[in-house]
Amino acid sequence: MYAYDKYDQAMVDARVEEFRDQARRRLEGTLSEEQFKPLRLMNGLYLQLHAYMLRVAIPYGTLNSRQMIALADIADKYDRGYGHFTTRQNIQYNWIKLEDAADILADLSRVEMHAIQTSGNCIRNISSDHFAGAAHDELVDPRPYAELLRQWSSFHPEFTYLPRKFKICVIASEKDRAAMRLHDIGIQIVRNDNGEIGARFYVGGGMGRTPMIAPMIRSFVALDQLVTYAEACLRVYNRYGRRDNKYKARIKILVHELGAEEYTRQVEEEFAHLLDVGVEPPRAELERIKEFFADPAFEDGPKTLDRSDPDFALWVDRNTHRHKHDSYVSAVISLKPVGGIPGDASGDQMRVMAQLAEQYSFDEMRITHTQNVVLPHVRIADLHALWTALDQAGLGAPNLDTIEDMIACPGLDYCSLANARSIPLAQRISERFGASGKTAKLGELKLKISGCINACGHHHAGHIGILGVDRKGVENYQLSLGGSEAEDVSLAKITGPGFTENGVIEAVETVTDVYLQRREGEERFLDTYRRIGMEPFKEALYD
Amino acid sequence: MVDKPTFDSEAGSLGASPDEVQFRFREDEPVDHGTVTVDACCDQTNATAVRIEPGDDTRQLLPFLDRLALIEVNFPTFADGRGYSAARILREAGYIGELRAVGDVLVDQLSHMRRCGFDAFAPDRPLDEEAAQRAFATWDNVYQNAADARRTIPELRHE
Ligand code: SF4
Repeated sequence: MYAYDKYDQAMVDARVEEFRDQARRRLEGTLSEEQFKPLRLMNGLYLQLHAYMLRVAIPYGTLNSRQMIALADIADKYDRGYGHFTTRQNIQYNWIKLEDAADILADLSRVEMHAIQTSGNCIRNISSDHFAGAAHDELVDPRPYAELLRQWSSFHPEFTYLPRKFKICVIASEKDRAAMRLHDIGIQIVRNDNGEIGARFYVGGGMGRTPMIAPMIRSFVALDQLVTYAEACLRVYNRYGRRDNKYKARIKILVHELGAEEYTRQVEEEFAHLLDVGVEPPRAELERIKEFFADPAFEDGPKTLDRSDPDFALWVDRNTHRHKHDSYVSAVISLKPVGGIPGDASGDQMRVMAQLAEQYSFDEMRITHTQNVVLPHVRIADLHALWTALDQAGLGAPNLDTIEDMIACPGLDYCSLANARSIPLAQRISERFGASGKTAKLGELKLKISGCINACGHHHAGHIGILGVDRKGVENYQLSLGGSEAEDVSLAKITGPGFTENGVIEAVETVTDVYLQRREGEERFLDTYRRIGMEPFKEALYD
Repeated sequence: MVDKPTFDSEAGSLGASPDEVQFRFREDEPVDHGTVTVDACCDQTNATAVRIEPGDDTRQLLPFLDRLALIEVNFPTFADGRGYSAARILREAGYIGELRAVGDVLVDQLSHMRRCGFDAFAPDRPLDEEAAQRAFATWDNVYQNAADARRTIPELRHE
């Protein structure tokens, strides 16, 4: 894992002090809320319905147990004993006081963490594959590249007042576990025909009210030009991205309006210019960063399991992922207990996860964009002991990638922009499908719920998506089908008129029935939908 | 380390320029007349001071940099960050005259503006002197290359 040196630490410490001063000026009244807003947003502090919300960055979703314990302590000391893991692999706290914010940032900096650029119109926390460094199918570990970009994008002097927020994702396998092409910039680390490693750039993806899949704008950027190319992409956006309309300000609109070809032409021109200027960090820096991500000392051990306990066997089948070392697996801790709040963990649960990571996973954890926690390197021999401990802590839900493993945004319970509640809906759906046993029959089914058109719950990318809309002052839910954020990326289509809260739960029931009747062989819900199309689902829903 | 800016108490004497220059990191005499628009500057072969608005294409000015002594970059609102790119583009093209940020320039943008090549600041509302000095000195070190030619953290790590 990456560890700060004195420079990284000084940057974060300086920011804590800067923010302490800003918060003091705000509390004294010398800064107006309007002036303070962009500054607090640069530090992850939002004003929500009931309180301030603080979003803490977990760079590319990787953290160690010391950091997880610090997050637990913050939950207990400054919040109501909970933290909420987000679809950006971050954590947020919903009940923060402005008076405490600088102290929390200071607590974070002691464990090499921060809330820098987790909001505001700047480059946000870089996301990555949650199995990075562990997956059997990756070309290389993508995180050194993400770290290089993290440093480049931190306090970037030119790109702090962009037209809109900016999200970058780096992966390094054909399989996309990070919704890469739904980012402003998606980077896939690839090998070219000459055997060299480089970066493939996709630009202009995103969700929100106008979802777009990012087109590829360059198939190969040499590694010693990676930062320069990213800088060129950003400069064209900063200069020409729309600023007249907040809803048209994301880079996807620029790329769409210019056309991918023209945008690419402008980027290439800027890239050629910036190569002359020389903005790339020394190549040795990437090599330095890479050393932090070297494999831990894997040891050969048993490669098979005693599957005699059916509960354990089910959890293994659902919640583990093949590792690059055949004596290990990656284990996913579901934060989606039936009837729970997706992505929530109590301070005590965080401490349990931290302790288990230390004991069984080389002191490492990952946050997934589906709001779960990964122990990336678990010996197959330790799996039963791990599962037993998780189960005791209420963290053993065997439901990864099932309908219970939903993404749901905070919605009307917390978010000031929401039209409708997301969390209670998620709870009711998981309770219903859990109780009826239908979860198991459905297999892989990705259900995603957003409380408004901003799409934080990724509903466009759900096999089944639910969007909260406001219909004459009444909460109403639109249903959509057929989305995917994976390597077979697609955007979901709306089924038709919306539903009430009860109605949309029935509707989910109905579309899953259609699937069960029509599926062939091993088809997932998504495969069946793609084969038979929208009509049969529509008929069942509306006729 | 940043150099100490001089406080220009004579700021009101900048001729037609309506802006007060509060901080200036240059030794030369300020231009004593007003600025023209980018379009006018491109038509008019003798203008030596120009003002860039957010929607202007800064690169239109590149052929004329030799004769320009002052370029103002207007920030009608601090949230419009196009001026940061404008500044870097000018410095990257070798412009050495005064580069002045005017308009809605606040304390908390000063350090980034400085990094992008601004060496004079004329905020609409004068800034608190002490807070501004602190802001200019915020970062001991920086991660990225920019217009200020500071050694970056990655460079310092590998020297
Ligand atoms: S999707 Fe809307 S309601 Fe949900 S968190 Fe985002 S902004 Fe809030």
